[in-house]
Amino acid sequence: MMHLRRWIQIVSLFLSNASWTFPFTRNIYQGRLKSVCVPGLNCYSCPAATGACPLGSLQNFAATMRPGLEAGRFHFGLYVIGFLGIIGTLVGRMPCAWVCPFGFMQELIYKIPSRKVEIPKFLIYLKYIFLALFVFVLPLFVIDDFGYGMTWFCKYVCPAGTLEAGLTMMGLQPSLRQMAGLLFYGKVVILIVFLLLMVFIKRPFCRILCPLGAIYSLFNQVSVFRMVHDPDKCVLCQQCYKDCPMGVRFYEGANQIDCIRCMKCYQESCKYGAISLEVAGIPIRPVPREKEKKEAEAPAG
Amino acid sequence: MEKSTSRNLPFLLLILFLVLFIVGINLGEVSAVWEKAVRVCLSCIGIG
Repeated sequence: MMHLRRWIQIVSLFLSNASWTFPFTRNIYQGRLKSVCVPGLNCYSCPAATGACPLGSLQNFAATMRPGLEAGRFHFGLYVIGFLGIIGTLVGRMPCAWVCPFGFMQELIYKIPSRKVEIPKFLIYLKYIFLALFVFVLPLFVIDDFGYGMTWFCKYVCPAGTLEAGLTMMGLQPSLRQMAGLLFYGKVVILIVFLLLMVFIKRPFCRILCPLGAIYSLFNQVSVFRMVHDPDKCVLCQQCYKDCPMGVRFYEGANQIDCIRCMKCYQESCKYGAISLEVAGIPIRPVPREKEKKEAEAPAG
Repeated sequence: MEKSTSRNLPFLLLILFLVLFIVGINLGEVSAVWEKAVRVCLSCIGIG
């Protein structure tokens, strides 16, 4: 299962960034596929990006809503909200584990041998503040003389944008380099800080800051696909926590906000059958308990 | 009763978001997403 997930992450990375004409065009892909959002965090100004970033699109709808309404365009971002809602309702935060290129990168960087550290739990709630403020409130209410807001998260925070769009486009279009100022270097510092954190902390961006993960996480408890914890079978060995790429203590409850449904705990960690899956409340394929297996294999008497 | 609500809620949400998605498409938001996505985003790069 873990090999399958890795392959899906690789395929997803290349599908999200499948336009490889940029060395010749020196520009981003501009085809019709760009009208479709990708489910993971992937900057639409990455030269190879084939889809739109749902977060950037959401902020853009908020930032341009007032002048749009004045001009008779009733765009509220329902297309993107609906898209994210459909995915979230079906599988919760699963896209973070299976198809998000930025999440994939964090998992790879964490493999660098080093002393690993855990973050204080309160930090995982910071992403909701970033979601509310930087994606909705500030783009909607901080406006210029013409009524336009800004895409605050993209502009001041997003390290994925700095990495995928900033550094690559600066390389492709020398004229952009001359425009780089304090804002750009500030974003580069944020990127470097997160790249360093990724070595020591499991998926720091996903857990602390990612507004897209924050949106999906709201559906974890109510999605069609859910994980189930059986406290009667759980022996509190904490193997699920040790193996979890998000540092989730599954034994404290299933479907927590940072559970990205990577299935590692279900498939590999739990030997006691305390973790199972359900679709719409119907249990699917429980893993046989290790003890039961041994008992069945042991000779009678 | 509680179990039935918990089983039905995802499907009610699914219908709700499907409706929002379709309304968004009908309001012309697909083109709005495309128009933004095909222009180099200076904010994303960190220069605008």
